[in-house]
Amino acid sequence: MDSEDEFMSEPPSGDEIDFDEGTQDSDIGSLSGDFDHDHDNGFGYEKDILANPQKPYEVDYRILSPKDIHSHQERQFNEVSSIIELPPEQAAILLRYMRWNKEKLIESYMDNPEQVLEAAGLGPTLAASPKTKTVKGFTCEICYEDDPTMQTYAMKCGHRYCVGCYSHYLTQKVKEEGEAARIECPFDGCHRIVDSKSLKLLVDPSIQDRYEVLLTRTYVDDKDNLKWCPAPECEYAVECAVKKRDLNHIVPTVRCAYDHSFCFGCSLSDHRPAPCSLVKQWLKKCEDDSETSNWISANTKECPKCRSTIEKNGGCNHMTCRKCKHEFCWMCMGPWSEHGTSWYNCNRFEEKSGADARDAQARSRHSLERYLHYYNRYANHEQSAKLDKDLWIKTEKKMTSLQTQSNMSWIEVQFLDTASKALQACRQTLKWTYAFAFYLQRNNMTEIFEDNQKDLEMAVENLSQMFEKPVNELGSLKVEILDKTTYCNRRREILLSDTAENLKKGTGCTSLV
Amino acid sequence: MALPKRIIKETERLMAEPVPGISAVPHEDNLRYFDVSIHGPSQSPYEGGIFKLELFLPEDYPMTPPKIRFLTKIYHPNIDKLGRICLDVLKSNWSPALQIRTILLSIQALLGAPNPDDPLANDVAQRWKEDQEAAIQTAREWTKTHAMT
Repeated sequence: MDSEDEFMSEPPSGDEIDFDEGTQDSDIGSLSGDFDHDHDNGFGYEKDILANPQKPYEVDYRILSPKDIHSHQERQFNEVSSIIELPPEQAAILLRYMRWNKEKLIESYMDNPEQVLEAAGLGPTLAASPKTKTVKGFTCEICYEDDPTMQTYAMKCGHRYCVGCYSHYLTQKVKEEGEAARIECPFDGCHRIVDSKSLKLLVDPSIQDRYEVLLTRTYVDDKDNLKWCPAPECEYAVECAVKKRDLNHIVPTVRCAYDHSFCFGCSLSDHRPAPCSLVKQWLKKCEDDSETSNWISANTKECPKCRSTIEKNGGCNHMTCRKCKHEFCWMCMGPWSEHGTSWYNCNRFEEKSGADARDAQARSRHSLERYLHYYNRYANHEQSAKLDKDLWIKTEKKMTSLQTQSNMSWIEVQFLDTASKALQACRQTLKWTYAFAFYLQRNNMTEIFEDNQKDLEMAVENLSQMFEKPVNELGSLKVEILDKTTYCNRRREILLSDTAENLKKGTGCTSLV
Repeated sequence: MALPKRIIKETERLMAEPVPGISAVPHEDNLRYFDVSIHGPSQSPYEGGIFKLELFLPEDYPMTPPKIRFLTKIYHPNIDKLGRICLDVLKSNWSPALQIRTILLSIQALLGAPNPDDPLANDVAQRWKEDQEAAIQTAREWTKTHAMT
């Protein structure tokens, strides 16, 4: 749930929720108000449901800060550590080895502790905390120094090296190779894992920090219900219970604390209403096909007899297919035999055989054109979204100049920002509706979907047009822009709700080709 | 820059107790650069050949592995046209406790036991899998032409 929804947790009954919280949410009550009145008694515990019933296209998720992730891990280390009676840093190695499957770890540890320890690279253990020491007559096998005052270190495996080499080795692993959870003893063939206490004893604080970051990263990477926010430099992760197998009928779009929205299933940006598998298919198709298809469509025709694709790169209209030797006219596609003496210039009007040949051509081109139809619209919205993004940067300026020109306050010009955000969200959705539509089977539900799509598209274009008006006109258009923004958001919600519901049912308009 | 003690000791030992069938001599002007020659192991298609390699100890050695390349042309699924070698201990399985000596021994062992399932030279590996006898014959011929002069 978005954080703004928490404002709505106050009202004691569902009846009061129709008030406008902001343009973005203003239609919630009317959309599904009937539905949530039934939940009145659940106040407190179900306050989220009460205040803002989940829309069909939303999923439950939780945002985790780096601190949360850290404490999550700590909690599990301590829990496991107290059950199997090992120090927490060793419990940590075991947990990472078992990919955080606590139950499995405890079970197999209880069955055969030695085997588990050995496999996880812990070997026989003693509980003492690690120390460095000097050893008489010692030569470090890495640097061959034999200074008797030299500090040395070895883990429980007994492979002893001087502190300088050990530290250099660990630093290299952490800093250059980005390893953390699976750094092994420097001895060739020893698989003992370097635990966090040993590491912290030996390396600089900056490397320790890096080590922690890397460990946290593996924690999120290892767990299926956690994902990093894919935005650059964003340090939040999201927890979501949607399983991989559900991705065909749910599009789990989530939002991190910095408001970066992405799909939990595939980490791409919000691609509702199209499910992940379809998005993958579509992107691949576009990568392979779109330019080629465009070229084929513009520059070639097919032999009316054998359907070979032919590019006419010169010469007259009398074509002879290389493959099937069929002779036809490039202009009308009819058989050449009927052309009589009107060579090199087809001026015959619609003879039946020519028309038939063109029909056949059209049918075979249909699939290509169908793809291009959807692709062009998809690409158009992608392009427009980019332009809208530029516009958004200009919006800031517009907002400032509007303040000076019309004595409006900062709060009063916020409507431009809201409108710009709505435009981008709607374009994003529209873009994917075209990819989605390409894979839809045609039936009654398709029409509803296409109507929804059309309504949203019209609303978006209207708003977009208004948005581009010069600054001095914007002030007077405020009410209209606000209305249009609300309308756009509402059309988007309707479209998303409708498709999400059908996806969940696995019926109707979403029976995929 | 002064040469680390590790490299001096290793070099001394390589000179004092050389490994049979392997020699590694540092350049006088660059003690991190070695001329290496390895005798093809007996019972292998490389038997009788002497293969020249170059070996360089990078700045970070022994934290990073030495860089090694065949100079003599060789027909082997794990060695490519440029003489680069696909061997785990030269990459992910490198340990600072390994030495020039141990690495060269591993390379000699690789000549005795090619591994076409983890190839570097795809064409060679393919042939090795499809018609091992013919591949071995080619390896023998290459050894004769390039490694026996």
